Amino acid sequence: MSPVKFRPLLACLAAATALAAGLSAAPASAANTFRFAFQGDLKSLDPYTLKETFTIAAHGAVYESLVTRDKDLKLVPGLAESWETPEPTRYRFRLRKNVKFHDGTPFTADDVIFSAERVRAPGSNFQTNVPADATFVKVDDHTVDMVLKNPNPIALYQFGGWYIMSKAWAEKHDALKPTPVSASTPSYAALHENGTGPFTITEHQPGVRTVFKKFDGYWGKVESNIDEAIFTTIGNDATRVAALLSGEVDWVDPVPLQDQSRVSSSANAVVVNAPELRTIYLGMDQTSDELRGSNVKGKNPFKDVRVREAFFRAIDEDAIVKRVMRGQATPAALLIAPPLFPLAGEFKRPAYDPNKAKALLAEAGYPNGFEVPLDCPNDRYVNDEAICQAITSMLARVGVKVNLIAQPKAKYFAKILKPAYDTSFYLLGWTPSSMDSHNILYEITGCRNDKSSPRGTTNLGNYCNPKVDALADKIERETDQEARNLMIKQAYDIVMADWGYIPLHQQALAWGVSKKVKLVPRADNQMMLYWVSKEQ
Amino acid sequence: MLAFILRRLLQSVGVLLAVGLIAFAMFRFAGDPVNQLVAPDTPYAERLQIRQSLGLDDPVLVQFARYAGNAVRGQFGNSYQFRQPVSTLLAERMPATLELALCATLFALTAGILMGVYSALHRHSAAAKLLQAISLIGVSLPTFLIGILLIFLFSVTLGWLPSYGRGDTVRIGWWTTGFLTVSGWKALILPSITLGLFQMTLIMRLVRAEMLEVLRTDYIRFARARGLTTRSIHFGHALKNTLVPVITVAGLQLGSIIAFSIITETVFQWPGMGLLFVQAVQNVDVPIMAAYLLLVALIFVSINLAVDLLYTIVDPRLRLSVRRAA
Repeated sequence: MSPVKFRPLLACLAAATALAAGLSAAPASAANTFRFAFQGDLKSLDPYTLKETFTIAAHGAVYESLVTRDKDLKLVPGLAESWETPEPTRYRFRLRKNVKFHDGTPFTADDVIFSAERVRAPGSNFQTNVPADATFVKVDDHTVDMVLKNPNPIALYQFGGWYIMSKAWAEKHDALKPTPVSASTPSYAALHENGTGPFTITEHQPGVRTVFKKFDGYWGKVESNIDEAIFTTIGNDATRVAALLSGEVDWVDPVPLQDQSRVSSSANAVVVNAPELRTIYLGMDQTSDELRGSNVKGKNPFKDVRVREAFFRAIDEDAIVKRVMRGQATPAALLIAPPLFPLAGEFKRPAYDPNKAKALLAEAGYPNGFEVPLDCPNDRYVNDEAICQAITSMLARVGVKVNLIAQPKAKYFAKILKPAYDTSFYLLGWTPSSMDSHNILYEITGCRNDKSSPRGTTNLGNYCNPKVDALADKIERETDQEARNLMIKQAYDIVMADWGYIPLHQQALAWGVSKKVKLVPRADNQMMLYWVSKEQ
Repeated sequence: MLAFILRRLLQSVGVLLAVGLIAFAMFRFAGDPVNQLVAPDTPYAERLQIRQSLGLDDPVLVQFARYAGNAVRGQFGNSYQFRQPVSTLLAERMPATLELALCATLFALTAGILMGVYSALHRHSAAAKLLQAISLIGVSLPTFLIGILLIFLFSVTLGWLPSYGRGDTVRIGWWTTGFLTVSGWKALILPSITLGLFQMTLIMRLVRAEMLEVLRTDYIRFARARGLTTRSIHFGHALKNTLVPVITVAGLQLGSIIAFSIITETVFQWPGMGLLFVQAVQNVDVPIMAAYLLLVALIFVSINLAVDLLYTIVDPRLRLSVRRAA
């Protein structure tokens, strides 16, 4: 047997290699194509189905809102050219003329009124984006009034996620009602779009790929030089990073912490970090008579403000940011991210002080600490389980034995959220969807005592101080911005004095971006296609 | 014979029912689908309403009865996440999985047989020893690691092949195929190797062992004595007799290739049924999970059934015992 026989195989291999190399040298298409990948899916094109950051941003390329947010999250005109408040309970919107939907029909006041009804109809996930008590009145074809029952300083704050749909199109395609997340059949609107935005969607395979094309009839000027954008889901972390490094995609979200330095040191791509709006915090059960899973029987240590302070003091947030988050987080003093509250700078995070924590625990009657379980998700926030592990060992140093219960979000949320509220001590993250403190003062610090009211639904440990609730009610209606900010500050002061929550940090957004691409990392983690430019 | 087939068919139905019930019961512990569907600040009343409309408030047995009833009629419900019938989703994803499985099997067969024959014929050569060593790596490294290594080498470092997806596909009726485009072929290479590697090793070792066995037999010695060419002895006589068990094994493995493509599909973001299943697990999309598991069970049951029947046809001794038993 001579080795000659093996030659055909080798030749075959060589040919295959040459073929592969030759194929990869094929020229790229002439259009400027931007490819982007996210870990999750784009599940519906109906803009009212799911209130989720990535979905809202993707829809924002094809749909537009009356009022939108600029690169610094300031409210700016969108489909409404301007607006005024002739009286405190009336907003008057002057609509842009010469705006066309993608199917060619002109945009008018009727579409706004239709969208305002549709977004508040059952099945919409965006019902709270438009005040429930608002009525919309057509003044003329390009003027619409929003009439409110009470003055409402934040009525416009959530308009950014409320995209305007075409009435005629919805009627034609039997899509008058929003597609609920529980819908059993996909409506036309869930698989097709008809917005006014700078891009159209030409292909949509749910869960696989979505293709955006530039819309030539767009009314405005677009910063982006992209002709086509292709979205794909890449769930696997390593594959997503590899696709970015090999230049197959131009943007990925998220880049896992452990891969960030590798991406940044590569030739093709960088990691863009910017503080995000979500605050990661710990909550404690402050009303149950006895903690679940604790060795303290007959009483609840968290009812004692000294114990809560001790927990706060025992956690070395700087170490968490440095070690667990590898520097990609900002320690938080408040439950709201600083960009969303002008007076945030006046708050300081109480210092890490394990000795004081021990003294406080002893004073409260627990010189040897006690045992408590900590509920924690392991696939929801950046390094969530690792944060909880760090907290477990930090609390151990002051004598508290924490039993960590980390589980996937699907199980985690079922355990801790309403109606179970089955938790004594938990980690959660929150971004106020209104981008305003009232949302936090109502949802998270609001008392849960009134069963008939949705106040405090996410106040899982039922922190309760009537003074905060009273302030929250005033804050909801106060239109004088300065007075309002002072009241918000007052409310946060009370929450802090009560040691009601333990804010930890704002995690940083981590986008992997090709070096050929310029875009805007907005603090709400929304990547808007119309700000993307790519060198060819 | 007919009684035997009927009995086997009945058994198969029993297996499917059991798989369905176990799967369905297990999914009750996978978590709460509703929270995966809505935004964190969705009002509680809205959550309740969704829960009700999905029928999640009914007792598990009622839910299972409803599910089984629908499944018998070929309806597998709607995906919570995609709001589409599960059967449509699976049908859309099936071409991707089947094409990948086919390519992986072909790769495993071709490479496995070539390498097996070579290492049997030249069993003392350095190349054969190298192949043996490589095959050891093939069985011992986990699939996802092999996939990541291949991506790192061929996509990131060399930039030859895509790291994810299926490339461009062409739609023929309800079937989408990647076989008709260049990018489709390129996208198939790495996942096929990853998925087929384990089977390839298996086939190579099987071929090598069988071939060595066959080469020692008398008829090969006689063939040599008759002065036939080496080529005709090796490939005309020896290899042919080696292939019988190889084909049996390869057929049986096809089921597991389809079922275990989950990992490969996840690593390469291959839009097939396995990826759909993994995404469904993360989102607690019970209808997809249940339908997929049933489908996989069905594939295994049918393959086993076919193999059993084929054996009775091929092997007269089995036929006899079947007849006696019947």
